Amino acid sequence: MFKNPLGKKKYIEINVSREELMHDVAFPGKYTCSACSSSMSEDELLVNNWVCPRCNFHFALTARERILALCEEDSFEEFNGGLSSTNILGFPGYEEKLARGQQETGFNESVITGLAKIGGYKTVLGIMESRFMMASMGVVAGEKICQAAEMAIKEKYPLIMVAASGGARMQEGMVSLMQMTRTSMVIGELHAQGILFISILTNPTTGGVLASFASLADIIIAEPGALIGFAGPRVIQQTIKQQMPERFQRSEFLLEHGMVDMVVERANLKETLGSLLTIHVGGK
Amino acid sequence: MIRRQFDFEKKYQDFMSKLDQLKDEAQGMDFDLQKELVELEARMSGIREEKYQNLTAWEKVLLSRHPERPGTNDYIEYLCESWVELHGDRQFADDQAIVGGIGIFQGQPVTIVGHRKGKNTRDNVRCNFGMPQPEGYRKVYRLLRQAEKFNRPVITFIDTPGAYPGIGAEERGQAWAISKLLMTLSSLRAPIIAIVIGEGGSGGALALAVGDRLFMLSNAVFSVASPEACASILWKTPEKAEEMAEALKITANDLLNLRIIDGIIAEPIGGANQDFEMTASQIRMTLERELHNLVKQDIDGLLQERRQRLRKLGQHFVQEVK
Repeated sequence: MFKNPLGKKKYIEINVSREELMHDVAFPGKYTCSACSSSMSEDELLVNNWVCPRCNFHFALTARERILALCEEDSFEEFNGGLSSTNILGFPGYEEKLARGQQETGFNESVITGLAKIGGYKTVLGIMESRFMMASMGVVAGEKICQAAEMAIKEKYPLIMVAASGGARMQEGMVSLMQMTRTSMVIGELHAQGILFISILTNPTTGGVLASFASLADIIIAEPGALIGFAGPRVIQQTIKQQMPERFQRSEFLLEHGMVDMVVERANLKETLGSLLTIHVGGK
Repeated sequence: MIRRQFDFEKKYQDFMSKLDQLKDEAQGMDFDLQKELVELEARMSGIREEKYQNLTAWEKVLLSRHPERPGTNDYIEYLCESWVELHGDRQFADDQAIVGGIGIFQGQPVTIVGHRKGKNTRDNVRCNFGMPQPEGYRKVYRLLRQAEKFNRPVITFIDTPGAYPGIGAEERGQAWAISKLLMTLSSLRAPIIAIVIGEGGSGGALALAVGDRLFMLSNAVFSVASPEACASILWKTPEKAEEMAEALKITANDLLNLRIIDGIIAEPIGGANQDFEMTASQIRMTLERELHNLVKQDIDGLLQERRQRLRKLGQHFVQEVK
């Protein structure tokens, strides 16, 4: 059942298709940050955990990079990697989108789950891959999240979810909306069993994913500057026809309004998780 | 252009009143046209019946949003022998987009919560057109805990375009309020019956649609997001909403086939807005039957069944590839 998609590879793949980064036309081999327009090299980005060294913009990490950034070397063992979606509703163009997501990411679905060692502790880790159809949650993502939580209950390991999502997967209609119910229910069971759940919200975490499991954690951590909200900013703008407050729906805004426990720089995330796990698991 | 109004009923009514006029006029004539006119009348009602039995998904969307469609308050009034509305979330406000309270249904104390859209323009504005803020969901949370304490079954009515997309709603944690309800309802130690009576719009509707049974009125719709929103996001034009309504599989029949709902409550020909009494009596019969079954069940067994039911939602669509 367990496979290790990372094998023994210890290098990070450079993915130049990353949306927030553009090739610098004037300097081949260099990239431009879409947030502050400053130019930087690949090496600079790599040592800086894909954070812009000038403006601290946190670029999206691929699921593989996230695993490498958080887990102890070679400790991640994926489970349920073979689960995949079908075109339930016969929705036009859905197969093509699934195929493209699979091709671009090398994963069968938008959520990757597995056992991992973080800060010396065994955990169940779930990561949403935003390049896979905006990491929208369909029935397979829902199932994998449920099974990850159930694995955490069974093994008594903490559950850590790295969320990033556009919300429910519209191509699966109501079947996708129902995943909010299922995942919320299983997280409820996890809480009843006294299992720790840490949710890490990354850019962007919105809609049905935020309004279900992602906001039901014991501890909620946000990456700096991440867009986090129920309704998309464009929808709100169209509805109220007013100017949005500055940094509206960004991590720091949510911290101010009491919705997340902390905003943690990517460079400090592993260490923060380590301390939280020590207090819960390793504390005497 | 997409059709914004369900106008079949108006055309039908206009035709029928003209027909009545013709019948009157025909009476004073020296020749007999009664037979033909009666035939025409019968044919027209046949057409109407066929029309209502074959409504498109978009026509159901329009019908589910019909301004005269009965709402939560109408059903509460019809169903309850006594009713006391309770207000507020004890934290910030009393959201008018959600009505909640306690009452007696067929001799059984119940807690009822539901979306409220309002009956006229002023009412609509007061109720924010049935789009709740986080306070609405927190009011429901409070009433659910209360129902649990007093072993009262819970009935929910769903009828909303969705949770309100506003600055304040985001600041006060709309997503957090909804997820808490989903988690609470899935393990609440009281029987829960949910009925979609009109528009089931996205997560804001789902927050009240978790329980032991989920029913839909036959012309109600329940959608992951409004067809207009889905069309503008996926197909870059809200004008394709009609087509999208079809593709999203949002009607009661579709959702029964997808095993998302447990049953359909039939509306009379013409829809709930044409015959409230008939619709309400169908709801009463369903509630009577289901509540009777649920309240006599042992609560742990009930929770086990609810868990299995919710855990399975959509599961049969998951496949394993090599």
